[in-house]
Amino acid sequence: MTAALAILLCALLLLALAGGGAARWSALARGVHGGCLAVSVGLMALGGAVLAGGGGAPLLLPVGPPWAPLSLAVDGLSAWFLLLLGAVGAAAGLFAWTHEATAPPRRLIAYPLFLFGMALTLGAADGFTLILGFEAMSLASWGLLVARALESRGEDERLAARLYLGFAIFGAACLIPAIALMGGLAGDLSFAGLRAAPVQGGVAALVMALVLLGAGSRAGLVPLHGWLPIAHPVAPAGVSALMSCAMTKVALYVVARLLLDLGGPAQPPGWGAPLLVLGAASALLGALRATQEVDSKVLLACSTIEHVGLVAMGLGLSAILRAADLGPLASVAAGAALLHALGHALFKTLLFLAAGEVEHGAGSRRLDALGGLIHAMPLVALCTLFGAAAAAALPPLVGFAGEWLLLQALLSAWRVGALWVQVLVAVATAVAALSTALGAAAMLRFWGLIFLGRARTPRTLGAQEAAPPARAALVALVVLSVGAGMLPGSLLALAAPAVAQISGHAGLVVAGPLVVSASTVASDYWPLGVLGLLALFAGGLAAVLRRWSPHPAARGPVWDGGFIAPPAHLPFGDPATQASAAGFAQPLRRLLGGRLLMAREVVHLAAPGDPAPARLEAGFHDPVLPALLRPLSAGRERLAGAAEWLRDLGIRQFLGIAFGTLLLLLVLLALVDPA
Amino acid sequence: MTPGGIVTQLVHLALMLALAPLLVGLVRWLKARLMGRRGATPLQPWRDLLKLLRKQPLLAESASAVSIAAPYLALGATAAAVALVPGFARGMALAPMADLILVAGLLALSRFALALAAMDVGTAFGDLGAARQMSFAALAEPAFILSVLCFAILAGSTNIDAIGAVFAEGGPGLRVSLLLALLALLAVALAENGRLPVDSPSTQLELTMVHEAMLLETSGRYLALWEMQAALRLMLWLSLLAALFLPFGTAPAFSGVFGWAAGLLAWAVKLAGLAVALAVFESATARMRLFRVPEFLGAALLLALLGAVFLFLSTGSA
Repeated sequence: MTAALAILLCALLLLALAGGGAARWSALARGVHGGCLAVSVGLMALGGAVLAGGGGAPLLLPVGPPWAPLSLAVDGLSAWFLLLLGAVGAAAGLFAWTHEATAPPRRLIAYPLFLFGMALTLGAADGFTLILGFEAMSLASWGLLVARALESRGEDERLAARLYLGFAIFGAACLIPAIALMGGLAGDLSFAGLRAAPVQGGVAALVMALVLLGAGSRAGLVPLHGWLPIAHPVAPAGVSALMSCAMTKVALYVVARLLLDLGGPAQPPGWGAPLLVLGAASALLGALRATQEVDSKVLLACSTIEHVGLVAMGLGLSAILRAADLGPLASVAAGAALLHALGHALFKTLLFLAAGEVEHGAGSRRLDALGGLIHAMPLVALCTLFGAAAAAALPPLVGFAGEWLLLQALLSAWRVGALWVQVLVAVATAVAALSTALGAAAMLRFWGLIFLGRARTPRTLGAQEAAPPARAALVALVVLSVGAGMLPGSLLALAAPAVAQISGHAGLVVAGPLVVSASTVASDYWPLGVLGLLALFAGGLAAVLRRWSPHPAARGPVWDGGFIAPPAHLPFGDPATQASAAGFAQPLRRLLGGRLLMAREVVHLAAPGDPAPARLEAGFHDPVLPALLRPLSAGRERLAGAAEWLRDLGIRQFLGIAFGTLLLLLVLLALVDPA
Repeated sequence: MTPGGIVTQLVHLALMLALAPLLVGLVRWLKARLMGRRGATPLQPWRDLLKLLRKQPLLAESASAVSIAAPYLALGATAAAVALVPGFARGMALAPMADLILVAGLLALSRFALALAAMDVGTAFGDLGAARQMSFAALAEPAFILSVLCFAILAGSTNIDAIGAVFAEGGPGLRVSLLLALLALLAVALAENGRLPVDSPSTQLELTMVHEAMLLETSGRYLALWEMQAALRLMLWLSLLAALFLPFGTAPAFSGVFGWAAGLLAWAVKLAGLAVALAVFESATARMRLFRVPEFLGAALLLALLGAVFLFLSTGSA
């Protein structure tokens, strides 16, 4: 099994090489995308096979430094995330095969490397390989953004790439020391070695903080989420999907691997609390921003922050419950996190690809420039509706299954005796419910403004249905996500090895193929039963009404509360009688946005007698990123000013500084390694 | 799934469907009497529904398939939720599925469908109603889930049937937390059903409405479906409140004809009592300003949280 992973990784490297040749032979572009698609399917099959049959022993690679031999292994946890990566990669590959037939070589090199980095991170069996894969993933995805910035020459794209690189470097600067601290002085970085010598005490707290900063910034956890809504939408739809659905999950995998699997056993109950708190904050802020954004892909990226937050809540809760010796409940929380991670990967890929199709067909990502697309793109609309409903956590789709399990775990977590845990979990429960409902409002706004109503610009009317391969990708994702929603029990049974690694407890109490159960005494969820009930009632109703009310509907002009018909120069009706993106967001902006998003609404009334029109100014901004960047830039200025005196030093002082540094390093060496 | 359970389930569903418009009519009639009017007979909503079914529906030119399919989905989801909430008897065939979070999810599904139908035609009122409805729901959801937390602690389950059975035996007794959860759930129920003081169910002034604003463009059988959905939702919430807080007198599983009769009587009394309470409350309350609603629902959230914290303090490390 591990050898198969090594072969797939090599194939990705070869594809990157082939991408370099695409400048000369343009036919190679499709070949590279097709190859990435095939490798993704292979990764998915590998993940499934390992989950069903178990992985092999770690495989030492013949490359790498002597002090840290590179090694690969696929165990349950990696296999679950490989499955997820493969599914997203396959759909994104099919999409790229359709739309990116003439991609420039720099993108064709970076794209397989991006997949390679993620697969290497997931397949790593030691800390060094993990870091290597993680950084390859960060740099390759940065390369994709830079390629985009070079193509479009836009200031936004350039800013996004720069911000992305800054956060990537910051993540590396946190994650590398974290792994080094976990390895300790013994220097054994293999997962078996790390597991045998878990971190404790102050070092453990430091590792926790560094991992949360390093991997959390890549996953988009608050407060390091600011780059995500700026960077993800810049890339083409397939790459956006990979970043939003796979890369954030790989970062969460690193969190789960380092903090819960390797560092998790024998930790105090507070171990999971930071993850739970950060997850709750991310879920709330992401969902609230998603209800306000006016760009479809930015909206989806914010919704990603929400769902990443929910998954992180599940992981944190699992650690808390495990520390309190509530193994079965810990496995419920871990199962919720894993199931929701997979569900989010499926439906968010679907939504990103659909947003790409809409951009391709209707020429815009701005919600204010779309509308009424259900008439022009019925199939894309239907597929997107499934994705949006899943993201809105509506039963019986996959989003509801994950959030149901998460809520069940949250509702049972009061069994941890400590009062502070109980209150924390009660607040987290409320935040999870609030974010879920906000996410539903955001998804309604997303789908409704794009596909329903009247066209907001003439360009929208020229939209055409997606090309057949892209349609196939969308339909396949709908089938996968609906299937995952129907069979959460089977999926959780498949995920049992991963659940056991995270929670330290083997599997859920009851997980039949068709039913999910939080425990023997709590409650059960039967998605197929719910689907059957819905079909029975809705279908029965339609059949009954066909007899009782047989008149076919007549068509007429819209009534619209008695508005007169629009004049001839407004063929789509008066635009002011349809909500704009900002207008639809207004209730939530006023209800919740004031404090969390610095939302404001100012009405400028002209003075009496002045014929100037009254103006309404409304807007919001996320205060976190400026609050992070402003002190940084101020600090850089201050440091640069303070370093000015170095210019005035003479040759003797410079020599003195060099000699002093050397001496200091020697002393440090003597202290660290007395032998 | 025993034969008895299936029969109970079918009787329950038929009763709920038949009585839901009657309940709406009863509340309207009671409110009219309280205001000194004679009021239409409680049968009036049924007559309206049948009249609407006979009429030819009119769809706007810009309407899509969403306007046609959404009412069936919404009513189907509400009916599925209604089938899960026990009425006169426990131990129905679907009782193992009767999960409080699932009921909330099904209600969210019907709300989503309603908001989609409202946005379909592309009018100002539809969009406005949809945006407001989803915003209020976002605030009501956490209060609801925290009330569920109180039940999960006291009964150890989120299954409505199991909670009702535990409470009917008087297991938890009278608790302050239950009172707080009751207040929170009452506020949520008022908001979810668009009753005063959150939304006025009989308003004719477009600027103040939420639920009715979404239905301005519907007619004929589609309007009948939406009206039935609203009636069923009211029925569902009153039954839910009765099942959780007044579980007494409900026929236990597998009781004979006499048990059923007693259960039916108790259920009718409970529903009538709640309807009277609703009518009296609505007659004595004014509609609050739209942007005061978050304070109302925020208070509900705090009450539910307080209830949970009281439970933590009183049960200790149970």
